[in-house]
Amino acid sequence: MYIVKRFMTMILTIWVIASLTFFIMNMIPGDPFASDADVLPKEVVENMRAKYNLDEPVPVQYVLYLKNLVMLDLGPSIKSESRTVNDIIASGFPASATLGIQAIIVALFFGLLLGIVAALNHNKLLDNAAMIFAIIGISVPSFILSPLLINIFAVKFGILPVASWGTWQHSVLPTLALATTPLAVVARYMRSSMLEVMNQNYIKTADAKGLSTFKIVLSHGVRNAILPVVSFIGPLFVSLITGTFVIEKIFAVPGIGKYFVDSIFNRDYPVIMGTTVFFSTILVVTLFLIDISYRFIDPRIKLTSKGD
Amino acid sequence: MNHLLEVNNLEINFKTYGGEVKAVRDVSFHVDKGEVVAIVGESGSGKSVTVQSIMGLIPTPPGVIKGGSIKFQGKELLRASKREMRKVKGSKIGMIFQDPMTSLNPTMIVGKQIAEGLITHQKLSKQEAKKKAIEMIKQVGIPNPEERYNQFPHEFSGGMRQRVMIAIALACNPELLIADEPTTALDVTIQAQVLELMKKLQKDTQTAIILITHDLGVVAETAQRVMVMYGGIMVESATVFDLFENPKHPYTWGLLNSIPNLEGTEKKQLIPIEGSPPDLFSPPKGCPFAPRCKYAMDICLEEMPGDYQIDESHSARCWLNDSRAPKVEMPFTLEKEKTVTVGGESID
Ligand SMILES: Nc1ncnc2c1ncn2[C@@H]1O[C@H](COP(=O)(O)OP(=O)(O)OP(=O)(O)O)[C@@H](O)[C@H]1O
Ligand SMILES: [Mg+2]
Repeated sequence: MYIVKRFMTMILTIWVIASLTFFIMNMIPGDPFASDADVLPKEVVENMRAKYNLDEPVPVQYVLYLKNLVMLDLGPSIKSESRTVNDIIASGFPASATLGIQAIIVALFFGLLLGIVAALNHNKLLDNAAMIFAIIGISVPSFILSPLLINIFAVKFGILPVASWGTWQHSVLPTLALATTPLAVVARYMRSSMLEVMNQNYIKTADAKGLSTFKIVLSHGVRNAILPVVSFIGPLFVSLITGTFVIEKIFAVPGIGKYFVDSIFNRDYPVIMGTTVFFSTILVVTLFLIDISYRFIDPRIKLTSKGD
Repeated sequence: MNHLLEVNNLEINFKTYGGEVKAVRDVSFHVDKGEVVAIVGESGSGKSVTVQSIMGLIPTPPGVIKGGSIKFQGKELLRASKREMRKVKGSKIGMIFQDPMTSLNPTMIVGKQIAEGLITHQKLSKQEAKKKAIEMIKQVGIPNPEERYNQFPHEFSGGMRQRVMIAIALACNPELLIADEPTTALDVTIQAQVLELMKKLQKDTQTAIILITHDLGVVAETAQRVMVMYGGIMVESATVFDLFENPKHPYTWGLLNSIPNLEGTEKKQLIPIEGSPPDLFSPPKGCPFAPRCKYAMDICLEEMPGDYQIDESHSARCWLNDSRAPKVEMPFTLEKEKTVTVGGESID
């Protein structure tokens, strides 16, 4: 059956990504203890390498790595010895995910709305305003937008707190900062999709039935226009919930983005591999879910279909 | 006498990057209650634009209704508000489009697409509308109506989809049905079935029909009157009998002459009308057909002919009908046994 097959493909994909990550990490010259080797005695470094199985031949490392992965154990971190990769994800992911989910809700809701309104006012003032906004939203980087938001809402008007995390008020500004670009992207996509749909013959049919504009737009227009937008919700969702370093840094959000960047600077192999595999798993699972849900949204795609 | 539909001096342009297209020029006609009127003419002659303007379906922009009037049951539609138009559309006038493959919403079950209009116009409850919709599906000859109600358009063949379109158009018992090439996109055998169905429903309901078609055979079989369009103008209007027996416009002659004889033993070639359709951006100041017309006189290139009234129900826009013009007869005779079947674009 399709879902089972699709599920197997998903597992396979995760395995391929995990393996690729592993071998790429192994191909990079140098290891986490390269800088220590200059200062520490040889024996100490050898001991440390042994602790992380780095003295084993690569195939053995690989098997151990996969075995742990299946047990959902992403291994210990090298730099912060007391913490495992699982700990790091557990401590950083909730904040990132909260922020990401809020951002995607904001981005989807207002993005779709903006796109629809723009399309319905094609080439009129509202359309142009919306698209200028979208272009700004896409092109202004978050490290400029974030301070701007802080300046306006926290400093000038003092209506929202910044630089800590805890209450929902704290999450408003980072959510806005994170949502702006995807919101603009969604708006542009939805607009062009909506423009195309509103030119379709079935819209003329709906019009010829004497339905209200509201009904034509909603049940015949939006319903169809949204389909192509759904297909990029997956990657968007993942990129938002996996945290963005810049925004988390600026707003002091204790998210996972910081750990990921740190781990790269520190050559903390297990953390790099662990977070990479974790992120890709989320991506692959999300794509799987979207693919399945697509088949409910679009009746032309059958769950029983072979291939693809 | 009050006509069901009366169109007078309709002018419709389209603003495009290349300039303004004069799609419909000074078109006048009427349709009476229960009557079947056909519109024929080659591609781009303005047939669809004419009928879509009745339903207020011309997108503005780029379309501009330059002038004229469209009276339906005595009411001016061109000056009706959106709200008033919605009460007419789908309720008093139904419409079937050319391409059944793209005319139904792909993500909505067909039953709902039929029921929608009923809920809007007849204020039926969902349950009642569903019952009526299933009845309509049955009426247009689709088997298993209950099951079909819940299916999506892609589960229907082209012919079946066109039947669904007919069900949608007729659901609210309209006074007028506009069918814009309802069978052009279908297989020949399916064409016949769908036409048969339309004829039967027309008999049962006494709905007036405006039928756009390329097929003079269909015209002969279904319509009482026929209008010929060319280059945005109505070049001839007559009863079907008169049009075949006594056509008064050289373009109509060309149309009739291009009907292939399928039954004849000797293979008669389909005779196309020579030349190409007029440039609608800057139409010639005279008759649009003059550049292709074998009988064109000097005046034809200079001045648009008036609408010559041949008799009470027959008129033609051609200078040859002027009393000062030389007498010209149709250069051939229609064989009585000739099968009047012209496939789609072949007239052009
Ligand atoms: N939306 C539009 N924008 C610009 N021009 C248009 C538009 N709709 C129609 N036209 C122009 O109006 C003219 C008449 O078109 P129309 O669709 O009425 O032709 P038709 O007689 O129905 O032809 P066919 O047999 O191919 O359906 C054409 O030249 C066409 O290019
Ligand atoms: Mg047409």
